[in-house]
Amino acid sequence: MSQLSTIAGRAGRRFVSSLPALFGVLVFTFLLMRVLPGDPAVFFASGPTAGKEEIELIRKQMGLDKPVPEQLLRYLGDIGSGNLGRSLTTGQPVLSDLRSRLPASLELTFSALLIALLTAVPLGVAAALRPNSAIDHLVRFICALGVCVPTFVSGLLLIYAFYYLLGWAPDPTGRFDIFTSPPPQVTGFLLIDFALARDWEGWSAAARQLVLPALTMALFVVAPLARITRAAMLASLGSDFVRTARSLGLSRRKIVVTYALRNAILPVLTIAGIVFSTMLGANVLVEKVFSWPGVASYALDALLSSDYAPVQGFVLLMASIFVLVNLTVDVLYGIADPRVSVE
Amino acid sequence: MRDTASPLLAIDDLHVAFSTRRGIVEAVRGVSLAVARGETLGIVGESGSGKSVTAFAITRLLDAAGRITAGTIRFRGEDITRASSKQLRSLHGAAISMIFQNPRGALNPIRSVGDQIADAITAHEPVSRQEARARALDLLKAVLIREPDKRLDAYPHELSGGMCQRVMIAMAIACEPALLIADEPTTGLDVTTQKTVMDLVARITAERGMAMILITHDLGLASRYCQRAIVMEQGRVVEEAPPHELFSRPRHPYTKRLVAASPTATSTIADLAPPAEGGDAPAIRPASAPAGERRRQPGTPMLLEVQHLVKRYDGLTAVDDVSFAIRAGESLGLVGESGSGKSTISRMVCRLIDCSAGEILFDGQAIGSLPARDFHRSTQRKDIQIVFQDPTDSLNPRFNAFDCIAHPLRRLLAMKDGAALTERVRECAGRAGLPFDLLERFPHQLSGGQKARVGIARAIACRPRLLILDEPTAALDVSVQAVILQLLDRLRREDDLALLFVSHDLNVVRMMCERTVVLQNGKVVEQGESQALFTAPRTAYARTLLEAVLHLGGPVAHPAGEMTPAAT
Amino acid sequence: MTASTLRHAAWVLRGNPVTAIAAAGAFGLCLLAIIGPAIVPYDPIASDVSNALQPPSARYWAGTDQLGRDVFSRLIVAARLDLAIAASAVTLSFVLGAVIGALCGYAGGRLDRYVGRFVDVLMAFPLFVLAMAMVAALGNRVENIVIATAIINLPFYIRFARAEVNVRRNAGWVEAARACGDSHVSVVLRFLLPNVLPAMAVQVSLNLGWAILNAAGLSFIGLGVKPPTPEWGIMVAEGARFISTGKWWLVTFPGLALMLTVLCFNLLGDGLRDILDPRMRT
Repeated sequence: MSQLSTIAGRAGRRFVSSLPALFGVLVFTFLLMRVLPGDPAVFFASGPTAGKEEIELIRKQMGLDKPVPEQLLRYLGDIGSGNLGRSLTTGQPVLSDLRSRLPASLELTFSALLIALLTAVPLGVAAALRPNSAIDHLVRFICALGVCVPTFVSGLLLIYAFYYLLGWAPDPTGRFDIFTSPPPQVTGFLLIDFALARDWEGWSAAARQLVLPALTMALFVVAPLARITRAAMLASLGSDFVRTARSLGLSRRKIVVTYALRNAILPVLTIAGIVFSTMLGANVLVEKVFSWPGVASYALDALLSSDYAPVQGFVLLMASIFVLVNLTVDVLYGIADPRVSVE
Repeated sequence: MRDTASPLLAIDDLHVAFSTRRGIVEAVRGVSLAVARGETLGIVGESGSGKSVTAFAITRLLDAAGRITAGTIRFRGEDITRASSKQLRSLHGAAISMIFQNPRGALNPIRSVGDQIADAITAHEPVSRQEARARALDLLKAVLIREPDKRLDAYPHELSGGMCQRVMIAMAIACEPALLIADEPTTGLDVTTQKTVMDLVARITAERGMAMILITHDLGLASRYCQRAIVMEQGRVVEEAPPHELFSRPRHPYTKRLVAASPTATSTIADLAPPAEGGDAPAIRPASAPAGERRRQPGTPMLLEVQHLVKRYDGLTAVDDVSFAIRAGESLGLVGESGSGKSTISRMVCRLIDCSAGEILFDGQAIGSLPARDFHRSTQRKDIQIVFQDPTDSLNPRFNAFDCIAHPLRRLLAMKDGAALTERVRECAGRAGLPFDLLERFPHQLSGGQKARVGIARAIACRPRLLILDEPTAALDVSVQAVILQLLDRLRREDDLALLFVSHDLNVVRMMCERTVVLQNGKVVEQGESQALFTAPRTAYARTLLEAVLHLGGPVAHPAGEMTPAAT
Repeated sequence: MTASTLRHAAWVLRGNPVTAIAAAGAFGLCLLAIIGPAIVPYDPIASDVSNALQPPSARYWAGTDQLGRDVFSRLIVAARLDLAIAASAVTLSFVLGAVIGALCGYAGGRLDRYVGRFVDVLMAFPLFVLAMAMVAALGNRVENIVIATAIINLPFYIRFARAEVNVRRNAGWVEAARACGDSHVSVVLRFLLPNVLPAMAVQVSLNLGWAILNAAGLSFIGLGVKPPTPEWGIMVAEGARFISTGKWWLVTFPGLALMLTVLCFNLLGDGLRDILDPRMRT
């Protein structure tokens, strides 16, 4: 109970301490809106065809004739009430666009993270258990190489190999092919929605579409995760407390899992948080390569066509997700490490 | 007591080698020894003697680079030199256990101590989790931990170092092994904690009829707790005998040197090392008389006066109303356990950190109120110099010895590079006993003793009037400590230096200092002439400290005495 | 001292051929960046539609693109731009980061806590998104790619310098320097920074690779460098359109160029650590 409350306290402190950064992002996006060439009022108008009077009206409504601090306040108020403006390209409110596209991005990111963790942690552990063995060299080679291959290149090469050459993968565009009808929307995560609808054909079609982009992104982060797992595992296997456990005749399983691995997981957890936010960034590249209908490609298309409201919404969304991820990592860390309460 | 027919453990001609970057290094070269059932054997030696490697070879816990190249280890008559890892696992904990130096690091930081003790039990006995937990509780009681039922769920970081070592002991004895190997079990603990922990180990092994190998660098510890002791040097056993014999009548030259170098309740600086011993100690004249017998003229003015000094950190009071004074040329000892504030005081006197309240008068001038950040501009900067505890840590890794010594000369005396500077650096190095050909070397190319000499040469370079010594020999082996102490004593006479000698080692302070201040929790407990304070302490704390000091050739401890649970 | 450093470097390189190869590779890349445009067989910009989309051959070592431009020539010429962007960004963030980080690490206290918190938060933020937004805000130009890359690298240097200085600030030799009459500023500049720089040099090398990937990523999505300028990220982006029809060389060769460049700098970084650490010297 007391542990729970210290974890909650820690998470709360972390939340408060990330507020200045969130505020910074808000101000940044506000400046983004004002500094950028063009008239902000246009972004919020009904569309590119909006008449002069309409824009003038919106300008008044938005208070663009007011002093800057007041505008900032209004802007914050707008964001608080969920008004992120309207996209020129789609003509829809940015908030609803983001909401409909976010599950696609999250599904991709989570699957990739899962694949990466399931690969990297066993690899790192195996390498640390047998230093300088063949498996260790293999893992180190993967780590050295993995950080060098840009996601957009590995994604395209995967397409070449699995779509063009082997024909195993479906056409690398979108979340499902044109012949599959979408499932009733529940969570927005296709794999879950198809499963809920018991449409297994649709499920496998969606999974086949997901494999290549998820793999691309996983490849990108396997290296840092495996590297930190290996290093942390080596450190805890060489630590005094593992030597103690050995001196007491504990079983190898107990030493490796309960003593070494549980301690080694702590740094992996921290890195996993950073890796997740790197993946949010890498989403932009992967979604572009695979025409994935997520928030990142939405923001990118908007950015390239000088439609800034979606970009601003996207940056805010990323900032909020990143705060959530940090909180999650903190809570997990608090559960895994009893020492955090002292700090 | 010793059963030569079938010793519990018999080692014959053991060799252990490590493969390093620079090739194979042999750490143990032909060690033979035997331990009888219920016997306590001490293995004594300085760093690099191979004593710990021997211990780890017995339990086969050497790290990956080390391996046994020759010899046999027999345990209960069975050869375990090439035992499989499965055989070893059934021996570890059940038949042979170890306790280690640095107890906090030896415990899993994210597992409760109760679970860790239970792990040790369930590794060898088919008991349920509840039963193991109940046994863990009994064990915590046996190692005299206060409120054992609460401590069962505590994590190592919530316990003090002494408590962690008790938990470690509880784990080691959980399955009643026949042999306990204790590798420097009290190094890093305070003297009073050291004594209670060792008394506990001695009592437990005696009660349960366990044999013990006590590995230590401290002759006093071996002398007090062992029935037999062997001395190791450079991977070999040089002498073996009951400790009182070994230390009162050493036969081997190395043992003789080691015994001489160990400070005792009656030794003087001159006793520590024979004059003109080769190697590390070039030409040191022995001191004519022990420190206590020298008398200062009562009229000598005070060089340093510390008045009501206070230091607070975030609401914590580290130093609380401390006052003392040092005359020119006098030597004052500052004694206390960890957390007593002695190092903080030395930093404040050296004007490296600011004091929260109080005044420091140097030569009658108030320097305590000068901000520490500006003191480098003061003309008194060169008059107050300091020698640090860890010689490795106190030298800039990117400066060679010459630059280290020249640094204060360049800075404080504004000397320019040239013949005069070289001459002066060489003079300081010479006075500190550092051969000139070492001046070009970088710290990592020097031995601990040589680095200590560089640190001393640097401190005396500007001819200070007050030299602060912050545990100057704590990180050194006793034989090196001996020559360094002699060196400091000689320098002090030659320059009429005043010394502020900070140390946890009472014997060293007694030898080096005319007066002594005893600190506890940032407060002065007692101060006075060393002679009087060490023979007849007035306060209970000073008495406890003195009693915890181990003496060579003293009686073997009587572990039977009743002990009360300690909170340490 | 320089002589001993060189001797030590030679010793390390002999014992560690991978570092030697990486160093040679990095040197070769820099050379290529300087003389590249002078030695290429074809004009990297001029299009020749009759020769469009040729696979690699003896004439076109890396094939031609959709406008018939020689991919190999474009690859070589692009090295200058890619390296220049990364190098200037890393230099900028290195200098700023080392100074800010060292000051915070040494001073400690409130300033350090605030900067530390800010850097932690910034580091955990999706940096690529930040860079994207910055380029969008500042304008879609190459200078802004440099600035954006520098800013997203800054937290790494601040944190690194801070941590390295922080573990040393209470070292005996730092206190000794103060006892020898050095001021705080002089301790930081003359004692701590020289001790921290080797480790930071390793970071620079590792970071250079990362910066190259970032800059290439930005131009891949269409920010910064504009076609027809030869640049590895743009070349991949242009080739991406043809990958589904099996024109592999358009993506593979610029991808390989990026990969090898980053690999070189990463391996060099690991090797540098050994060379610059005086404790490793025999």
